[in-house]
Amino acid sequence: MQLLTSSIGRKIVMAITGQAMVLFAVVHLLGNSSIFGWLNGGINAYAEHLHSLPLPIIIAFRLVMLALVCIHIWFGIQLTIENRGGRPRQYAVKSVQKATFASENMIWTGCLLGLFLVYHLLHFTFQVTNPETAALQHLVPLHDQMVPNVLGMVVAGFSNFFVAFIYALALVVLFLHLSHGIQSFFQTMGWSCDKSQPIIVKLGTLVALVMFLGYVTIPLTIFAGILKG
Amino acid sequence: MSEHKTMTLTLIVWRQKNANDPGKFETYTAKHITEHHSFLEMLDVVNEDLINTGKEPIVFDHDCREGICGMCSQVINGAPHGGQDRTTVCQLHMRKFKDGDTIYIEPWRARAFPIVKDLIVDRAALDTIIQAGGYTSCHTGGVPDGNTIMIPKPIAEEATDAAECIGCGACVAGCPNGAAMLFTGAKVSQLALLPQGRPEAAARVKNMTEAMKECGFGNCTNHYECQVACPKGVNVKFIARMNREFLKAQFA
Amino acid sequence: MILDGKCPTGPIEKSWDKHRFDLKLVNPANKRKYNIIVVGTGLAGGAAAASLGELGYNVQAFCYQDSPRRAHSIAAQGGINAAKNYPSDGDSILRLMYDTIKGGDFRAREADVWRLSQVSNNIIDQCVAQGVPFGRDYAGYLDNRSFGGAQVSRTFYSRGETGQQLLLGAYSALSRQIKLGSVKMYNRREMLDLVVVDGVARGITCRNLITGALESYAADAVCLCTGGYVNVFYLSTNAKGCSVTATWKAAKKGAFFANPCYTQIHPTCIPQAGEYQSKLTLMSESLRNDGRIWVPKKKEDVNKRPEQIPEEDRDYYLERKYPSFGNLAPRDISSRSAKEQCDEGRGVGPGGRGVYLDYADSIKRLSEKVICERYGNLFEMYERITDDNAYKTPMRIYPAPHYAMGGLWVDYNLMSNVPGLFVLGEANFSVHGANRLGASALMQGLSDGYFVIPYTIGGYLATVKPGGTNTDHAEFKKSAEDVNSTTNKLLNINGKKTVTEFHRDLGKIMWNNVGMARSKESLTEAIKQIPVLRDEFWKNLKVTGTGAELNQQLENAGRVADFLEFGELMARDSLHREESCGGHFRVEHQLPDGEAMRNDADFSYVGAWEFKGVGKEPELHKEPLKFETIHLAVRSYK
Repeated sequence: MQLLTSSIGRKIVMAITGQAMVLFAVVHLLGNSSIFGWLNGGINAYAEHLHSLPLPIIIAFRLVMLALVCIHIWFGIQLTIENRGGRPRQYAVKSVQKATFASENMIWTGCLLGLFLVYHLLHFTFQVTNPETAALQHLVPLHDQMVPNVLGMVVAGFSNFFVAFIYALALVVLFLHLSHGIQSFFQTMGWSCDKSQPIIVKLGTLVALVMFLGYVTIPLTIFAGILKG
Repeated sequence: MSEHKTMTLTLIVWRQKNANDPGKFETYTAKHITEHHSFLEMLDVVNEDLINTGKEPIVFDHDCREGICGMCSQVINGAPHGGQDRTTVCQLHMRKFKDGDTIYIEPWRARAFPIVKDLIVDRAALDTIIQAGGYTSCHTGGVPDGNTIMIPKPIAEEATDAAECIGCGACVAGCPNGAAMLFTGAKVSQLALLPQGRPEAAARVKNMTEAMKECGFGNCTNHYECQVACPKGVNVKFIARMNREFLKAQFA
Repeated sequence: MILDGKCPTGPIEKSWDKHRFDLKLVNPANKRKYNIIVVGTGLAGGAAAASLGELGYNVQAFCYQDSPRRAHSIAAQGGINAAKNYPSDGDSILRLMYDTIKGGDFRAREADVWRLSQVSNNIIDQCVAQGVPFGRDYAGYLDNRSFGGAQVSRTFYSRGETGQQLLLGAYSALSRQIKLGSVKMYNRREMLDLVVVDGVARGITCRNLITGALESYAADAVCLCTGGYVNVFYLSTNAKGCSVTATWKAAKKGAFFANPCYTQIHPTCIPQAGEYQSKLTLMSESLRNDGRIWVPKKKEDVNKRPEQIPEEDRDYYLERKYPSFGNLAPRDISSRSAKEQCDEGRGVGPGGRGVYLDYADSIKRLSEKVICERYGNLFEMYERITDDNAYKTPMRIYPAPHYAMGGLWVDYNLMSNVPGLFVLGEANFSVHGANRLGASALMQGLSDGYFVIPYTIGGYLATVKPGGTNTDHAEFKKSAEDVNSTTNKLLNINGKKTVTEFHRDLGKIMWNNVGMARSKESLTEAIKQIPVLRDEFWKNLKVTGTGAELNQQLENAGRVADFLEFGELMARDSLHREESCGGHFRVEHQLPDGEAMRNDADFSYVGAWEFKGVGKEPELHKEPLKFETIHLAVRSYK
């Protein structure tokens, strides 16, 4: 199967898995923004809504996401190793005109995001890093039932400077990764031409920026004491 | 016509006796260079000095010296062909430099382009890619009248944009991954755009990209450095088109 | 000896068709038993190797560059002629033939030119099928341009890079055959000798330019497609690697060299900026459509800036001397006039070798925008090289050697007088006579390669047994030894002058004496000076390095050594041809208005020279030219 072995095929796999994760991140952001109260019951209601989905769907979804991450990482590392050998010796003078810090460091921003993802899952999904605030252990009333206190867990987490700082930093890394990744998707899929390409590059960066701002608002407002549990 | 002031430059040049030699930088002084010297003529002057002092001249590829044969191949201060827009080394002139400048001169560096000697590399891999499918399999003779194939002007123009490639390999040299995507994309696109090339389009893109991989070229990570390096201004849209052709070919 | 071109007889319209029918054929199953060597991979060589490989012959192709895609055909800008008559403006095969014969000043063979004109149409179809992106009109049909020497619009083009696109088309066809295994490609090989066994061409000796090793290759036929020799002038529009070496080595093995005096000097090139200059760059002749050529009237004005010279002190010499044609006077006349002005000390720019090509009036008349649309890319190229903005200040131009009409003598089948040795493209002498028209070089290369040699070589091969000789033959050994001893000689002179210095010196002798305007005195002078320089070369040359490695000094030394012998032949041919025709202008033979004065009574023949030894006088053989379809007339473009 040329898609899994060839130069362009693997890039296309990278592009599709990456873009699927971007879509997830967009939905995740929209869901998380319920913390600002647009959903009746806030983020706790949103979390409960997700948890009340049938278990097979949740498991299947998580497995798909896990597969996407693994495939993306696997090919990312494979291609990077190949590419590092593409130029065996660097030039004495580095002259770069179009490549960006983001495009040159996709592997590192990717690795950092991978580490962050692990921490993020341990922190908010499996809730093992800070058991004292784990939402599953602290049920609160919502409408007519008791639900995990996600809001409390998030607020408690981001009230800690260190945690908030890690999240903010990770979001900067996410911005870098997406600023190259989103436009790259369109180029790799062949959905760009000379006129659209510079626009796609700008739009990609803009989307990455919007996502960064959207996400970073949560730890910032909590740490600043604007958003309270 | 400006006055012929002369410049003195310090050249730091990659010298490598043959493919097995590790190679190293050597420093030379270029004297009596005017702004009207082309870069290669500046090297000619340095070489004449070297020969006259019994030293081995710097070996570099060159031929037409008018920017079209694609033979010349030097990385100057990190930029393939010296970094001037749409200019090959042979058309680069010394007025771009100042008296007293230090200039690093290196060969194309890519896994698929082994160094032969000094600034000369082996670009046979580019021929291999074309041999894998960069043609229409028409026979000599036995083809229809040229005007039976009508091609809309914009399509013909775009195909010509792609066909501008001179096969110098600057795109590979400029790519941090040593990828030949712009080179391959240009040929795939030229023939994919034209009706004559459509019948073999799917096989062509598969075979050419496979050859690209086998020759040891890296993969594209969309840095677009190739477009900057290209002395003919071939656009990265042709890489996008090749990617599209590749996807189409998977379902063909 | 009176040479016979073996042209078909009978009505010219049927000549090629009849000849093709008369040629013997090689059985398809037998073709693979025949080996054919093709040296050079430009339009002629690339097309020939691809077509012969496709027919089923075993082809070995050679080029000195690192890839067959880089031959200097790639640099042709303007276009390629064909008698398609798409614009319906009165063109026909006969008219293309007429224009080519007349343009060549009646010094070409009629039958060859007819054939060229006839197959010109196939070439366009072939290239379109290959995916060559020709210019199209808005309806999607092939577009045509007008070009010099013709009153019809028959030039097909691809922007200003027609040669590039056609060569890449031939290269792609060649690549396909390489992949299929019918052509074995040898890059970075320079042919240094022709191997002749019992009077028949049987192979070549070449140097592997990477390792320095000498390699022998045997075949049943050898095709030389190695281009022209105008680098004998040192500065020319040719690529640096272009040389006479392959054809000269063949000449030394008995092939006759025909009409070496016919060289084309192109009027619109960027002048030399200094002694160090390594090559001259051509700019499309179309520039003369809107530019006015002038020099200062007074010698003391030559160093002033052009805008400081008032109108009344400018001499628009072409408009003055040729009021009806003005700045569009034919290539040879405008080239020569520029030289005259500069010889009189009124040339401008470095060394006084340049004339102004001024757009001020056109810009005033048409606006800068219109001029930019027409010539923008040329103005850009001019600025890149000279740093002058031609919209603000006049361009400086000067003529430069550009194309060689002369070459190895071949018969109608493109075979030289040495059986088995075929010569194609610029390397032969056949179709351009004494002067080549614009957009005809590409036509000839592809015609020879795609549509002539595939037929005519079969006619020869059908008469010989395949695999007649292999490289174990004593002639191959001897050839390799000879080449080796020449190489060693070059390396061991250990003198003081570099190859470039010798080449430059030869170029000066050739340019000053055998250039645009030749006289008995200048030619005699050249014949005196060249052997002196040649002697000095063999005594005082300095080549560093060894023969067993990539050694560009050594490569160049070999080429210059051949130019030093060939230059003398060129001067001798020029001296013997007591007439002016096309690219050969003898000051003794001119009409009062400066036009070339032909001498049809005494010189209506091809002059083919047999090599008799270095420093020895070569022997002249003649092939009389008959004009039965196109009648001899004084060439006039007035």
